[in-house]
Amino acid sequence: MIRKQIIGIYRFYRDGFREMTWGRILWAIILIKLFVMFFILKLFFFPSFLKGMNTEEKQEYVGTELINRMY
Amino acid sequence: MLETIDLSMINWARAQFALTAIYHWLFVPLTLGLAVVMGIMETLYVTSGNEFWKRTAKFWMKLFGINFAIGVATGLILEFQFGTNWSNYSWFVGDIFGAPLAIEGILAFFMEATFVAVMFFGWNKVSKKFHLASTWLTGLGATISAWWILVANSWMQYPVGMEFNPETMRNEMVDFMAVAFSPVAVTKFLHTVLSSWIVGAAFVIGVSAWYLIRKREKEFALASMRVAASVGLFAALVTAATGDKSAYQVAQVQPMKLAVMEALYEGGTHEPLTVVGTLKIPEMLSLLATHDTEGYVPGINNILNGGYRLPDGTTALSADEKIKRGKEAIAALADFRKAKASGDETAAETALQTLDENMPYFGYGYIKDTKALVPHVGMMFWAFRVMVGLGMYFIAFFFLILFLSWKKRLERVNWLHHVALWTIPLAYIASHAGWLVAEVGRQPWTIQDMLPVNAAVSKLDAGSVQTTFFIFLVMFTVLLIAEIGIMVKTIRKGVE
Repeated sequence: MIRKQIIGIYRFYRDGFREMTWGRILWAIILIKLFVMFFILKLFFFPSFLKGMNTEEKQEYVGTELINRMY
Repeated sequence: MLETIDLSMINWARAQFALTAIYHWLFVPLTLGLAVVMGIMETLYVTSGNEFWKRTAKFWMKLFGINFAIGVATGLILEFQFGTNWSNYSWFVGDIFGAPLAIEGILAFFMEATFVAVMFFGWNKVSKKFHLASTWLTGLGATISAWWILVANSWMQYPVGMEFNPETMRNEMVDFMAVAFSPVAVTKFLHTVLSSWIVGAAFVIGVSAWYLIRKREKEFALASMRVAASVGLFAALVTAATGDKSAYQVAQVQPMKLAVMEALYEGGTHEPLTVVGTLKIPEMLSLLATHDTEGYVPGINNILNGGYRLPDGTTALSADEKIKRGKEAIAALADFRKAKASGDETAAETALQTLDENMPYFGYGYIKDTKALVPHVGMMFWAFRVMVGLGMYFIAFFFLILFLSWKKRLERVNWLHHVALWTIPLAYIASHAGWLVAEVGRQPWTIQDMLPVNAAVSKLDAGSVQTTFFIFLVMFTVLLIAEIGIMVKTIRKGVE
């Protein structure tokens, strides 16, 4: 029963994508955009500033920053 | 130290956030607005069985799909920036910001991805009613996503439901319901979502008017205009009502924002509302801000100098006093952390008490000059008037479209078709003016009274932020050109 439903859902999406006309270009835009965002921008331009620190180090870093910035 | 944070870094980080938010908000309101219009059209199809409404709904769905595809995930770039450019802020807000954004992400993915697929692929594969439910649930999914984003934004404007933990340096959520249903969040949600319906309605009317100008798709255009004007008029009236509520809340929780919106330097009782120049409505500002024509509304200088009576009966502190207490809070935080590190629990307890007493002013400790507490008056004054002025215009515009539609004269009023076409950009301008008021008006705060931008920003080189600013500028402009190009092509093709 569940297997049948999964196959039904799979066919629904498969046929939907196959029958697309004007939607193809939109999917191309979506995929290119997501690639640029996650594999170029996020990886090379937007690393987490606190990356590489464990929780205690992050607490210490932000604590020191927020105290020192008062002066 | 503050000197080590390049001020241009703060400005570039702010500019980058503003740029991406502005572009993102070109797509979102149209998604929210078109979802309602096409939902109503499909409902008319299912209830009447008239194929005309099916064709009509399918056409607007196509434009919805283009906008959805180009706009989807553009908001994620804002989240990238939190971790890179605003790392102190990201850590400081803790799970309060993370929880709503996580819920938004999961909901957006599952609800929208599932039902959008049924909406586009399921016309001949699922029942009419199931398809209709999917169409409405697509819109509902987008609206619920907006809810969580607006909850996060509202918390920054009116932080509630949390406690600051000086050991972890994070704000911890103690009352989820207070965060999720804060009065500011509820009003902001209604105001923002309903104003987005105006954008959707204006878009549908404008495109339909273009067909009338070109003497094409007459029946389709007139029917679309009738549905969109009904949605638009309802939305414009509710937006006006929630705008009034929002102004009242701003007066309570962000009085400086209200004062700069009005360019009010010296406040008082019986305050008039400035329309423009010397044109004023007597006692209206007092009425809007306090729901009492005799109510006291503080001006910019009053807020900076303090000494006036607050609604709770206490006396307002001056900016200098708040800065002093903010510095005491930060010094107490330093003492607490030092005492904890050395294992001196008594000293830690004393420091914690001082911190708690002064925590409401924590962010003021980073303010070097009281002038920094005043947002840009000119920009706020005019952005507010553009938003309200256009809001009133939309009520009249939608009413006129509906009236002429009822009188069956809409087709013949050529000048109105041109006005309708130009109302599309006006709807976007009004929507963005609203965000300008909300976001410029809360400067210098990332979190009201708790964390100003100069404390929230990462210690980064401005050059790296400049680079990504221009990458985004190019990327979003390309996306926008693609959206407009594909939409224009689809509109020119007409209803199939």
